[in-house]
Amino acid sequence: MQYNVLEYLEHTVNRLPEKVAYADDKIEITFQETYNQARAIGTFLARRGIYKEPVAVFMNKSPMEIVAFFGVVYGGNFYVPLDEEMPKFRIELILENIKPKAIICDESSEMLLKEMGYGDNLFLYDSIVGTSIDKQALEDIRNKAIDTDPLYVVFTSGSTGIPKGVVACHRSVIDYIENLTQILDCDEDTVFGNQVPLYFDACLKEVYSTIKCGATTYIIPKSHFMFPLKLVEFLNEYKINTVCWVVSALTIISSFKVLDKIKPEYLHTIAFGSEVFPIKQFNLWREALPDARFINLYGPTEATGMSCYYEVDREFDEDDVIPIGRPFKNTDIILLDENDKIPEQGELGEICIRGTSLTFGYYNAFDITNKVFVQNPLNTAYPELIYRTGDLGRYNQYGELEFVSRKDYQIKHMGHRIELGEIEANVNKLDEIKSSCCIYDEEGNKIVLFYVGDINIKDLSKKLRQSLPRYMVPNKIQQLEVMPLTPNGKLDRVYLKGLIKSKNKER
Amino acid sequence: MEDLLEILEDLHPDIDFETHEALIDQQVLDSFDIVTLIAEIDSVFDVTIPAEEIIPENFNSAKALYKLIERLSDY
Repeated sequence: MQYNVLEYLEHTVNRLPEKVAYADDKIEITFQETYNQARAIGTFLARRGIYKEPVAVFMNKSPMEIVAFFGVVYGGNFYVPLDEEMPKFRIELILENIKPKAIICDESSEMLLKEMGYGDNLFLYDSIVGTSIDKQALEDIRNKAIDTDPLYVVFTSGSTGIPKGVVACHRSVIDYIENLTQILDCDEDTVFGNQVPLYFDACLKEVYSTIKCGATTYIIPKSHFMFPLKLVEFLNEYKINTVCWVVSALTIISSFKVLDKIKPEYLHTIAFGSEVFPIKQFNLWREALPDARFINLYGPTEATGMSCYYEVDREFDEDDVIPIGRPFKNTDIILLDENDKIPEQGELGEICIRGTSLTFGYYNAFDITNKVFVQNPLNTAYPELIYRTGDLGRYNQYGELEFVSRKDYQIKHMGHRIELGEIEANVNKLDEIKSSCCIYDEEGNKIVLFYVGDINIKDLSKKLRQSLPRYMVPNKIQQLEVMPLTPNGKLDRVYLKGLIKSKNKER
Repeated sequence: MEDLLEILEDLHPDIDFETHEALIDQQVLDSFDIVTLIAEIDSVFDVTIPAEEIIPENFNSAKALYKLIERLSDY
């Protein structure tokens, strides 16, 4: 039985030491290099007495960042990825929460952190990677480790304005990767083209499937996702055959008719998720690559990566919805209605998850953890947790699960999970603002912000860019004289949604 | 050109698009912006930008983008 994710790396390095594990357009590193460098970093942390601690990794997205993750784990710690895409304010909130005794960084992030007043405990990857490996120390750390030790904390949007750090352990990641690699049919011939950021759990797919199966992952430069022709050329140049992308990354290729000109020649497995795939775009992909497998994945960060999958096995018309299918092996999905009962067949219920895949909840936040990681209401005999996703779903005529909508104001925008409440909380914090309301325009895929206050749109936009990650900054900002209210005195979201709809119609 | 500047300012109210020359190189525009721009240009100018024209050089400045629109609407 496997207890630690690093066992994946240790098996593969014996088998395929010289094979490339991770690469981008500048650098490639083999499994042997990954193994050696990770163990050097682990030794460095052990020497400094940093053990069972959150260690932040703040580096440019690169193969070395992944090695740093493993290094943190070799030292018996858990990693917390930070990224330059996060605004300073968010980074401060995260650092305040986790209070790391070490931050592994590169030159640019070191400079940024120093500017922000975090001068202590910064360690440059390039200087610590040369540490000579202490085999005995690493072995002692491993012998004491258990599979419910935390592996990482990743931060997701929180409706109060404070990001929530989801804590996952080795066991739940192993459970996920074992099942995911079966579904994707992953082996050492698999070549992943990574799109998703390394600071979310979405990257587990490439990071851990690679060390388990001896596959190779190419990190695709972010700018390629603006220029679809270049993107497909990249896929062909590196013979990428498997992608796990957000839907908007796939549609940028299909919607600009790139597939008429050039096809991803090697691509045979396309997993997508995090958003609804517009069927028109989906069918363009299917026509271009009729022999490829298309797999829809669904799952919240709180249940470690993905929980459900559906491999497309029939035709879809424009009004159809691609289902999220059925749970991964060793994961159970329960639908619960408002009374915590199982709804009738075909009726809506909240998607609740049960199993080893559940994470521990949120770091330093017992209250909000206990609201969504709750006792299974169908079990009154012994303690058993389920995670309440807040997603509403139902079973279709084929017995497949379909995602229908959210219970609250959480949205998916360009593959990112966003609480509209977090945007509003950041807007309302500004002195000039009297009130604000955020609405998601599904038709135009835009976050629209309405506000009342003594600040012009330009300045507001500037300020929000300092406090919110890029993907959370409203795509459209509109100033109002007064905020529309319902008879009960609540923000009239339905009216504002109507405003957006009638605007869209005018065009 | 006015119409184009308006579209751009809608996306990033804090940028001076008349003078900025490195919208892509300095990562002012992201993939969402590009998708939005192309859709807006299509509806406002009735110009469809083909895939082979979706390259950094054409999006680095408002001027370059406007030249592209002019070139494409000549046909």
